[in-house]
Amino acid sequence: MNLLIKGGRVIDPSQGIDETMDVLIADGVVLELGQGIAAPEGTQTIDASGLLVTPGLIDMHVHLRDPGLEYKEDIATGSRSAAAGGFTSVACMPNTSPVIDNKAVASYVVNKAKSEALVNVFPIGSITKGSKGDSLAEMGDLKEAGCVAVSDDGKPVCNSELMRRALEYAKGIGITVISHSEDLALVGEGVMNEGFVATELGLKGIPWAAENIAVAREVYLAEFAAAPVHIAHISTAGSARIIRNAKARGVKVTCETAPHYFTLTDDAVRGYNTNAKMNPPLRGESDVAAMKAGLADGTIDAIATDHAPHHPDEKDVEFNVALNGIVGLETSLSLSLKLVEEGVLDLKGLVSVMSCNPAKILGVDRGTLRVGAVGDVTVIDPAKEWQVEAAKLESKSKNSPFLGWKMKGKAVYTVVKGQVVYQA
Amino acid sequence: MGFRHKDIIALKDLTKEEIELLLDTADNLSEINQRDIKKVPTLRGKTVINLFYEASTRTRTSFEIAAKRLSADAVNITASTSSVVKGETLSDTAANILAMKPDIIVMRHSVSGAHEYLAKRVSCSVINAGDGAHEHPSQGLLDMLTMRQKFGKLAGLKVAIVGDITHSRVARSNIYGLTTMGAQVFLAGPPTMMPPGVERLGNVTVCKDMREAVDQADVVMMLRIQLERQGKTLLPSMREYSRYFGLNPAVLALAKKDAIVMHPGPINRGVELASSVADCDQSAILKQVENGVAVRMAMLYHVCGGEPVE
Ligand SMILES: [Zn+2]
Ligand SMILES: [Zn+2]
Repeated sequence: MNLLIKGGRVIDPSQGIDETMDVLIADGVVLELGQGIAAPEGTQTIDASGLLVTPGLIDMHVHLRDPGLEYKEDIATGSRSAAAGGFTSVACMPNTSPVIDNKAVASYVVNKAKSEALVNVFPIGSITKGSKGDSLAEMGDLKEAGCVAVSDDGKPVCNSELMRRALEYAKGIGITVISHSEDLALVGEGVMNEGFVATELGLKGIPWAAENIAVAREVYLAEFAAAPVHIAHISTAGSARIIRNAKARGVKVTCETAPHYFTLTDDAVRGYNTNAKMNPPLRGESDVAAMKAGLADGTIDAIATDHAPHHPDEKDVEFNVALNGIVGLETSLSLSLKLVEEGVLDLKGLVSVMSCNPAKILGVDRGTLRVGAVGDVTVIDPAKEWQVEAAKLESKSKNSPFLGWKMKGKAVYTVVKGQVVYQA
Repeated sequence: MGFRHKDIIALKDLTKEEIELLLDTADNLSEINQRDIKKVPTLRGKTVINLFYEASTRTRTSFEIAAKRLSADAVNITASTSSVVKGETLSDTAANILAMKPDIIVMRHSVSGAHEYLAKRVSCSVINAGDGAHEHPSQGLLDMLTMRQKFGKLAGLKVAIVGDITHSRVARSNIYGLTTMGAQVFLAGPPTMMPPGVERLGNVTVCKDMREAVDQADVVMMLRIQLERQGKTLLPSMREYSRYFGLNPAVLALAKKDAIVMHPGPINRGVELASSVADCDQSAILKQVENGVAVRMAMLYHVCGGEPVE
């Protein structure tokens, strides 16, 4: 079956395109881009006039909780949440139970995704066996089984020697290393950002230095090993500055931030709101401004959600014992479109950080509408207004600090390999 | 005016008038504590549950006596935090306790915000008897009552608070209460125990040296150093702490002549306070304990919807 997306404003930074045109997908592949394409017999047509047409969005950092923690989310529900958020691809972190640290578990994810997922699911394997930080996981096998990166996300690799070797080894086999950067000694028993709000609430703080120090280590290790590294979820002005400086002297470092880090400050924790508890924690005004500046000048390569579903029982507790993390797949695009309204990014820039760059960092053949590319497309109505409601979220979990927020802009069609998998 | 809050969680939430009302009521009720028969029928038929997740004989006993003097039925439940580890959550505990239909839950909990959490989930009143490093409103009120009795007013007083401000719920409640009432607060303590932005909690001045804070003070409030909590990173040694942040007669001499010395107890003698200071005429420590009962009577009375005592 063919799909013709007619008359939308096509934005594809990979080809420098920003103009009104049609996109024809046949047999799951982009067949033609141009004006007034005639639809062959039996073609499904989407009228995209007034809408944006972009390469399918990619969220390079999500937690699907499958295998082992399916009560929070599973591959099917996580992929529905992704599709509803306009994502055609997600990369899922390996802190499942068991950890994705071998071929068998990676294959389980790949196979289950093949039969149950609406969108492309690219597993990320662990850096170390069991993510325990002791010895390297079998990265060659992980890559062969379909993993697109390795990460011990949720935990830093504390041992600098081991991290150095991970970077060297991963470079050799051509797989991206993603660092969850935290100095655990400095984090201590902290549960939110260290600052005035923590002082007022009497909660133990996590200083920004805990992130900056770990980011700086990764930058120096990457420089020393002449190997690339990707830093997950940066949240501090210091991290952005360190990465900006490193890029300027040619270090192969890339990074992502999440919508909550450029939208919320630690003020959101007031009232001991556990839906604002995450790791790294929400920071201050100047950090929020730095995330925007980092996106604007290209220091920050990607917007990823760190979609972290948790059961209500894990959040409906005292702040100290609540688990870290929020769901993000369905609110990411709207919050990111705000950056365009604010003039932080233009639409091309937005599509770069939400599609082209993640594809490049992970080395997957996505993030483009080039003729011959896989027909993954997101159709966005930038004017569509909607409200975030727990009951309407596709994710199994509802732990969002944005519940009740009025949003503007939404994916109205999500197309994977030429198939409409979501329609608003 | 009456007291309109279902709960008393934090002095930060109370207005000047509300604090005044509580202090006035406590002043009036303290007369009961001087009588031969120390009991009035005011809260007869009301049930008060003292739910203590942290051991604190002093505060618990004080609340228990306060409830009994107002003729309420007081029940003590000592919940070890180990039941939390075993999987019983605070909301489970709350549901179970609520099924027994109490009118007031007085809770002490080691987690900041636990009371706010509880108060949102129960229909009865919740009184905070200390939550983590957040607030300890009954202590703040009894401290203010003690100062007001001595000086006749709170506005304009210079109060020095010395010690571990970061981990102190007593400090926070006093900062909020005192600055709301127009007192000036000066803080001192090791830099490792001074939380960021603390001066923004109210009209608060952070001093580098405790002598600056104590200089010309009306009140010198020393905080308890928790020997077990400071570990290895916050202080080099207790000896050094007592040398630079302990109150000895020489430092106390910098304060006003009629200044009073306060401490929430229990004291580490020789650490925060030289014994001679703890026991000197200026020490108001036992007066604080005495006022604790009256203040807690006032809190119980007002969350039960009491009218101002004439
Ligand atoms: Zn992480
Ligand atoms: Zn993550």
